[in-house]
Amino acid sequence: MTRRDALPLVAALALLAVLPFCGLPGSALNFLVTTLIIALAGLGWNVLGGFGGQYSFGHAAFFGTGAYATAVLQLRFGWNAWGGLAAGIGLGTLVGLAIGYLSFRAGLRGSYFALVTLAFAEVFRILANAADLTGGAAGLLLRLEPGLATLQFSDRRLFYLLVLAFVGAALLASRWIERSRFGAHLIAVRENEEAARALGVDALRVKLGAIALSAGITAAAGCLYVQHFLYLDAGVAYGTWISVEALLAPIVGGIGTALGPLVGALALQGLGEATKLLAGGVPGIDLVAFGACLIAVIAFAPQGVVGLVRRLRGRRPAEA
Amino acid sequence: MLAVEALTKRFQGLVAVREASLAVPAGSITGLIGPNGAGKTTLFGMISGFLQPTSGRVLFEGQDITAEAPHLRARRGIARTFQIVQPFAGLTVAENIAVGAYLRHPRRADAVARARAVGRRVGLGAELDKPASSLTVSGRKRLEVARALATEPRLLLLDEVLAGLNPSEIRDILPVIRAIRDEGVTILMIEHIMQAVMSLCEAVHVLAEGRMVASGPPREVCADPRVIEAYLGKGAAARLGAEAADA
Amino acid sequence: MYAPQILIEAALNGLMTGAVYALIALGLTLVYGVLHIINFAHGALLTCAMFAVWGASAWLRLDPYAAMLAVVPLMFGAGYALQRCVIGPASGGSDNNILLVTLGLSIVLENGLLAIFRSDTRTLDSDAALQVVEVGPLLLSTPRLIGFATALAVTGLLWLLLERTDTGRAIRAVAREKLGARLVGIDVDHVYAVTFGLGCACLAVAACLLMPTFYVNPRSGAAFVLVAFTIVVLGGMGSIAGALVGGLVVGVVESFSGLFLGDSLGQIGIFLIFILVLLVRPTGLFGVRG
Repeated sequence: MTRRDALPLVAALALLAVLPFCGLPGSALNFLVTTLIIALAGLGWNVLGGFGGQYSFGHAAFFGTGAYATAVLQLRFGWNAWGGLAAGIGLGTLVGLAIGYLSFRAGLRGSYFALVTLAFAEVFRILANAADLTGGAAGLLLRLEPGLATLQFSDRRLFYLLVLAFVGAALLASRWIERSRFGAHLIAVRENEEAARALGVDALRVKLGAIALSAGITAAAGCLYVQHFLYLDAGVAYGTWISVEALLAPIVGGIGTALGPLVGALALQGLGEATKLLAGGVPGIDLVAFGACLIAVIAFAPQGVVGLVRRLRGRRPAEA
Repeated sequence: MLAVEALTKRFQGLVAVREASLAVPAGSITGLIGPNGAGKTTLFGMISGFLQPTSGRVLFEGQDITAEAPHLRARRGIARTFQIVQPFAGLTVAENIAVGAYLRHPRRADAVARARAVGRRVGLGAELDKPASSLTVSGRKRLEVARALATEPRLLLLDEVLAGLNPSEIRDILPVIRAIRDEGVTILMIEHIMQAVMSLCEAVHVLAEGRMVASGPPREVCADPRVIEAYLGKGAAARLGAEAADA
Repeated sequence: MYAPQILIEAALNGLMTGAVYALIALGLTLVYGVLHIINFAHGALLTCAMFAVWGASAWLRLDPYAAMLAVVPLMFGAGYALQRCVIGPASGGSDNNILLVTLGLSIVLENGLLAIFRSDTRTLDSDAALQVVEVGPLLLSTPRLIGFATALAVTGLLWLLLERTDTGRAIRAVAREKLGARLVGIDVDHVYAVTFGLGCACLAVAACLLMPTFYVNPRSGAAFVLVAFTIVVLGGMGSIAGALVGGLVVGVVESFSGLFLGDSLGQIGIFLIFILVLLVRPTGLFGVRG
């Protein structure tokens, strides 16, 4: 990793930052906001799944906790949206630490870890669907009330930039992982936990650090989601859809690379829109494309889109 | 420096190591030999913290570390290699070694510089930026040593680093091991290749069927009838002695 | 608090549902035991089988129990082909990849069904669901009783297949020692595909037993799959006896927690068991470590 490798990252962010000021229609802006929120959730997943090799199938647990915390604190306790956002990220991180502590201390990995995270997310979903605090099955509706304190802007581009800022921060965090001792330890644990421990790596602590950071980032995505749509129910917050989106984006984009989740989210959401356009109103057709895409990536391009680009770039000088 | 006192390890009724004791003086190269299945690697596992002994104690520099986790022992200055080499396959050789170097050098630049220096020292200078998965057997063995060495240990546990190497590769790596000791690292090594043990070790301990059967300077130990029996079966020493008398 | 009759009925209902759960779990545990993979597409495959039974009944006017004769071989073939042509080649043997490929498969199947059948819920238009048998003071649903008996019989048959036939011996050999099995000339890829096919055949039987009293929509399988995972984890991954006992236990637990907590919270009991078993004893009650 050299300074030059940071270039695509900066370029992507700059491009995304100027895009809404080039006369994009509102629907395209909405599409970008949703895509960036999913990219953010995916960036979170990638910290644990990509760099740490621990595949979670239940990142909805963190996404939903962030979203519900933001909404409940505003609606029930009169907090402003910024406080809700901070608390949502904090709570999501704590949930991540708790789930991580229980599962990693029990030595769960691979399929078992995937299953236990999935089960935790389902427990949260059922609880949120039943509890009064979270609005039960009816869900929660945030009041439409533009203002700085409510994080609702009459110019939607401002909210878009806020989301982009979070994506930028998560990208920075991923870059830091690639270049730090923590990251080296995390990758070592992914590759071979026993060998890492022999070299003085506290594997449990490293994995806990990873799941905390991962959960925090994905929780931030949840907070922004509810601020954007102003509505939340248990199926949205803790549903399997977000667990799946959060893992699809990095895997399709390039697992364990900083830029992968962003590239993957853009590619997948673009693909989704395209299939919907082609197939008309057939429900589920975009997800069929996602699933097929996942299988194809694993079979033919295990390093995702980023890996493909790198392979092409690496080949070019040899051909020249 | 290291003292192992009456270590016993039981796996569901099977006793892998029984009341084994040994001492490794500071600055020495000490050998641990014995037939296959004698419990050598199990003993290493207990010294490095990957296995909890059923009973007995492990002392490092006078302190009881029997219950300490492996990564804490590494911080104290105990490093080990694995008999079945375990490279981080997705990383380059230098990155592999850097994982070890990060133990004493938290800053990336320091750790990487340190890793490259250690890599060159064990003869991996040309391979530093290649993926670890591309290394030959001998390269992987060197990588195991380099990674352990990068943690800057005071005690280095080598588990059959010479196994699988050809004679010329062994000849190349022996001076490396000796040089490590000369820089002040105490070494305890499991080894099958007797010439290497003879040329490197000041003292040798022999483990057979989980028990310590002999210890002393390599030449004496090799002549010990108990050791010959451990390797060649009961009565072998007597037979060999008789044959020698006949001749 | 509750009349004994209600409690007994809840227990019996739980046992009857549990036997069908056990059948679903059996397919999962068999695949795990041999291929050492967790098949995330299991739920979606169950949904496919349920749609097949519904189709046989709605379009061909076949009785759901008679449909077994067609749906079981169909699902066996589908499972064989999936493992041989998709899961095996795409995953390249890596555990994490298999996990993701089967996840991808479940997304494709579930949403493919959604695209074809939409999200409407369908039931068989027969009155079989309402038939009951009187056993002393208790009223038991006939189709569930049939389901119970058939599920137990199929479990027994599967056990006989594994213990007494050459195919079964080959499957067990591959489960224990893949490399060794290959060395003595067993076609491991074929055995993998047969095992996966058998797992799907279990689902086909379960679908035929479920449909008379249950409904199908593209997400119905998902409701069963976590339950099946719980059973498999509880019973020990790869253990047939474990799947049976685990299925019955989970059926009863679900029935009681539904009775005490109400339907929406009732499912929580299962997930809590699931999480607890994973955290405390991931090898399950019957499983062997390793």
